[in-house]
Amino acid sequence: MMSYDTIVVGGGHNGLVAATMLAKSGRKVGLFEAANQLGGAARGHEFHPGFTSPGLAHVLNRLHSDVVRELGLAHQGLTLKTANAPTVALALDGEHLVLRGSYGASVEGNLPSSEIAAWQSLRKQLFRHASILKRLFDDFPPPLSSASAIDILKLAKTGLALRLLGKVEMREFMRMILMPVADVANEHLGDERLKGLLAFDATLGVRLGPRSPTSLLGLYYRLAGELDGVAGGQAIMAGGMEHVIAALEKSACLAGVTIRTGATVARVLIEGEAVKGILLADGSEVSAPLVVSGLSPVTTFMSLVGPRHLDTGFVRAISNIRTKGDTSKLHIALDCMPRFSGLAAADHAGRLVIAPTSDHVERSFNPAKYGELPEQPVMEITLPSMLAKAAPDGACVLSANIQHTPYDLKQGWPSAKPEFYQRVLTILEKHAPGIRKTVMGFELLSPPDIEARYLMTGGHWHHGELQADQIMMMRPTYAASRYATPIPGLYLCSAGSHPGGGISGMPGLLAARTILKSART
Amino acid sequence: MKKYDAIVVGAGHNGLVNACYLRRSGLNVLVAEKNDWVGGAAVSRELTPGYLYSNCSYVCSLFRPEIMRDLELPKHGLQIIAYEGGAVFTRDGDYLASYRDHHAHRREFARFSKRDAEAYERYSRDVTRQCRFIQPLLMRRAPDPASFRPSDISELLYLGKKFSGLGAREMADTLRFWTMSISDFLDEYFETDVIKAYLAISGIIGTALGPMSPGTAYVLLHHYMGEVDGSVGAWGYARGGMGSITKALASSFVASGGTILTGSGVHKILVSNGSAKGVVLENGDEHFAKVVVSNADVKRTFLKLVEEKELPTAFVRSVRNFKIRGSSGKLNIALDSFPEFPALPKESTCVRGDMHFTDSVERMERGYDDWKAGRWSADPFIDMMIPTAMDPTMTSPGKHFMSCFVQYCPPKVEGRDWTEADRDAFAETVISQIAEYSPGFRDRIVHMEVRTPRELEAEVGLTEGNIFQGELTFDQLLFNRPVPGYAQYRSPIRGLYICGSSTHPGGGVMGAPGRNAAREILSNLSRDVSHVSDAHDVI
Repeated sequence: MMSYDTIVVGGGHNGLVAATMLAKSGRKVGLFEAANQLGGAARGHEFHPGFTSPGLAHVLNRLHSDVVRELGLAHQGLTLKTANAPTVALALDGEHLVLRGSYGASVEGNLPSSEIAAWQSLRKQLFRHASILKRLFDDFPPPLSSASAIDILKLAKTGLALRLLGKVEMREFMRMILMPVADVANEHLGDERLKGLLAFDATLGVRLGPRSPTSLLGLYYRLAGELDGVAGGQAIMAGGMEHVIAALEKSACLAGVTIRTGATVARVLIEGEAVKGILLADGSEVSAPLVVSGLSPVTTFMSLVGPRHLDTGFVRAISNIRTKGDTSKLHIALDCMPRFSGLAAADHAGRLVIAPTSDHVERSFNPAKYGELPEQPVMEITLPSMLAKAAPDGACVLSANIQHTPYDLKQGWPSAKPEFYQRVLTILEKHAPGIRKTVMGFELLSPPDIEARYLMTGGHWHHGELQADQIMMMRPTYAASRYATPIPGLYLCSAGSHPGGGISGMPGLLAARTILKSART
Repeated sequence: MKKYDAIVVGAGHNGLVNACYLRRSGLNVLVAEKNDWVGGAAVSRELTPGYLYSNCSYVCSLFRPEIMRDLELPKHGLQIIAYEGGAVFTRDGDYLASYRDHHAHRREFARFSKRDAEAYERYSRDVTRQCRFIQPLLMRRAPDPASFRPSDISELLYLGKKFSGLGAREMADTLRFWTMSISDFLDEYFETDVIKAYLAISGIIGTALGPMSPGTAYVLLHHYMGEVDGSVGAWGYARGGMGSITKALASSFVASGGTILTGSGVHKILVSNGSAKGVVLENGDEHFAKVVVSNADVKRTFLKLVEEKELPTAFVRSVRNFKIRGSSGKLNIALDSFPEFPALPKESTCVRGDMHFTDSVERMERGYDDWKAGRWSADPFIDMMIPTAMDPTMTSPGKHFMSCFVQYCPPKVEGRDWTEADRDAFAETVISQIAEYSPGFRDRIVHMEVRTPRELEAEVGLTEGNIFQGELTFDQLLFNRPVPGYAQYRSPIRGLYICGSSTHPGGGVMGAPGRNAAREILSNLSRDVSHVSDAHDVI
C-alpha cells in the first residue's frame, strides 16, 4: 500500500498551494485529483471545437502576494503584467463609464466633476476600511477562545489600525461594515451607472441583493484583495487561469509533490478517532496520518468522512452551511470580435459589467430568492481570447458570469436553459448589435452543471456563501474554522474555509501554515 | 413665559417615562404635546361612539417591568393581560395555532411535523440564550467605542466580558445570529412552511426588510425580549387599549407634580451659544429650561425643531443619512359582532391573540418585493388582533374592535404622494384577504380607520410613519443609534437630549430609551439616580 506523510485531496489551486507548502517543509506529499488535469475551477476546457474557456474564474483579483512569494510563482513563469484591466460599466446608450487603475483610481466617461469627486472620496473611504479588513483576511481568523499572546497582539494591532483611522472614520467603519451597498452608494453618489456597478460587484457570487444588509461586505472583500501588490487590482489573464495553474503545478512538482490525476477519492479512512488515509474510487487505499481536503467542507464531511464519525451538533452545523450557488457561467464561441457600441476597441479587453442601476440589480436578484430566473439578469463579461490564443484566428471567446440563476431552480434547469440563454443573448445583442449572428456555439454552465463538472457543492464558487454569518471564525463553522477539524489529522484547505473564495491561494496557505505550526508544537 | 428645569417635547410613552424620572429627582418638568391628548403612538381613542381604538401600537410586551414598578403604573391603572393564543390560517383551510403553554405549542407543531416539534425545543433554547445576552443591554447606555472616557471604557469592558462569558461556541452562534436573516435562521431548524412563516413574523414587524434580509434574526430578538408577567417573549394587551399605558404614565407624572400642556406643539427648540434654552410653541409662547428633551425622532428633532445653523455639518449629514423608512400601515375596524373563522374549532382560544394569513416565508418576502418597487403588498402580511375578545372595557358588550397591522406599505406610492383612492385600494387589499377566511366579515364593519405612513406621520409625528423611529439594522443599533458619536441621548447642543425610539435600544412600547435618557441627564446634572432601578435579572 502506498503511503505518504500527507495527502491532499483535490488539485484545485488551494490544494496545490497547501501541497506545495507542505512538500517544501520536507514532507512526502501526495495530491489526488479526480479530473485528468489539475486546476479545479481554474481549469479551462474546449467548450466548442477550437474554442477554450478561461475556466470558471475569468478575472484574477486576489492572488495573494504571500502565495506568489512563498511558492516562487514568478520563477515558474507567472507574469501578472496585465494587472489593472479596466472595468467598464456598460450603458445601453453607449455612455459607458470606464474605471481605470485599481478599482477606478480614475474614471472616464460622461460624469460631472462633482460626481467624480464624490466617487474618489467614497473610493478612498472604502479602501481605508478594506485595509482594516485585509488584516483579518490575510491571516488566521480571529480566535474566540484560548487566544495565544500572538493572537491577542494581532487583534490589538488591528484595533490600533482602526483607532488610527481617527475617531470619525473609525465610527464610520463601524456603522458601514454591515450596511447594504445600495444605502452606502446612495449616501455618496448620484450616478446610476456607478451605483449599479458597486451593487453588482458587492453581490457577485452571493445570494444577496444590493439592498440586503451586509451586502457592502462583498465590496470590501473585493477591495481587500490585491494583485501584484496593488490593492483592488484585477487582471484578465492571458491564457486564462491555466497560466496560474501551470505555475502552481510547476512549483508543486519542484517541491516534490506526487501528483495523481484521474484519481477520485471516495473516502477519508478513519481508524479509532483519527485519520489513517484515503480510499480511492478504484478500491485502492493510500495511507497517511494527515489528510488535507481541498474539497468543499460539506463534501468533505458528509461524503468523504460520513456523519457517523462526527457528533450531531457538528453534522448539523455542516449541513446548515448555505452552499447553493446563484451564478452561471456562459461561454460563447463567436466567429469575430464583438463590438460593444460606444466602447473603445482597447477597452474590450476589460471587465464589462451590465448592471445599469442598483435597482436593476435588485430586480434581477428578486426572483432568485424563489428559485426563479430574472427577466433582465445582470452580468460580467470578459473576452479572454483578446489576450491569448483561445479561439481560431479572428474568432473570439466571450466569457460571462450571469448573476441570479439559482441552483434550486423550481422549473428545473434542463427545460429553462434554452430560453434563458436566448434572454441573455438578447441583452448582449442590445449592447453589441450583431453579436447574435456571429455565434458559432455556446455553453451555459448552470450551478448544477458547475457542481457536476467541478465537484463543488451547490455549484457555489466559494464552496459556501460568503456572507457575514459564514466568514472568518464562522467559516465553514466555528469548530473547524482554523483548518483543523474535530477529526485528528483531517484539515480543510478549500475556499470553504477562511478567508474564502476567489483565486487567492490563502485558504491553502493558511491551512499549510496551521499544519506546520502544530507539527512544531 | 415660564421657567422650568426641563422641558420634554412630546408626550409619547418615552417622553412621559423620561419626564416621570426627571420629576422624581425633584426637577420642575414640563411636557409639551402637540395633540390634544397624550400618548404619541400609545393611545386609546374613541373614533366612533362606543368603540375605543388602540389605533397606533396595539400590543404590549416590551414595556420594561422595572419602569412599571419604579413609576407605580399599576397604581395608576395599568393592567396587562397576556393573550391566550393565536393562529396562522393556511390557504388549504387549515390553521396553525399558537398557545401560551410551551408544551401545547409544541404539540401543535407536531401536528404538522414531528421533526419541527423536536426542533422547537432547540430553537426555544437557542433564542432564549440570545435574549439572555441582549436583554441586560437594553437598560444600559451604549458605549462609544471610539471614546477613551472612563465611562465608555468600563461599559465596553462590561460588554466584552459579557460576550466572552458566553464561551467560544456560543460567541460564534451569537455573531451568526446577529448577521443572519430570519429565513436562513429558521431553515436551520424547521421544515414546515407555515411554522417558519409563523416564527418569521417577529423578524419583520416594523422593519423595512423582508424575512430573507440579513439582520432580521436580530429584529426577531427585539420582539422577543419583552415579558408579560415574568414570562419572556409573551405578549399581551393593555386593558383599555394602549392608551392605558400612557394614561398611567401621565397620571403618575402629574401626581408627582409635573406639568403637561396638550395642544401645544413645539415649533422650535431655542438654542443660544450652543446651549438649549427652551422651546417656542406653535402658538408663539416661549418656555425656558436649561434641559430640553425631545421625544420626537432624530430627523424631526434635528432637521425640523432645531435650526440647521446650530448644528455641525457632519452631524446634520449623519442625521439625514439615518434610515427611517415607512413600511407599515394600519386598519382599525369597529365590528358589530364577533367575526367567524370557520377554519378554527368552536370556542377556540386562538381568537384571543394574534391572527395571520401568511402561511409561507416566500409570501412575506414577495410582499417586501412589492414595497421595494414602491407599491403596497398585493398579498400583504397582516397582524390581526381583536383585543375585545379579552378586554370588555373597550366596547359595549357584543361589539368588537379589531386592529390590523399591515406590511408592507410604502411612504410614497411609486414615488408620488398617497391619494384617497390609493388609501381605499390599500384598505380593500386587506379587507378582501380577511374576508376570504371570515365569511360575512364586510357586513360586520361599523367603522374603519385606514392609516398609511402618511396619516401616521401627520398625526403622531413619526417620520414616514415608521413605528420604531428608525430602522433596526446594525448600522443603527447600539453605539450607532441614532448617530455614531451621539448614541448616548446627547446632541451637539448642550442641554438638548433625545429620548425617543430613535435612540438605543430602539422601538416598541418599551420605555427603555426614555428611562436611559433620564438617567444620563440626571448623571450629567450630578443628581441622584437611585430612583432609576437597574435592569432586573433576566429569565
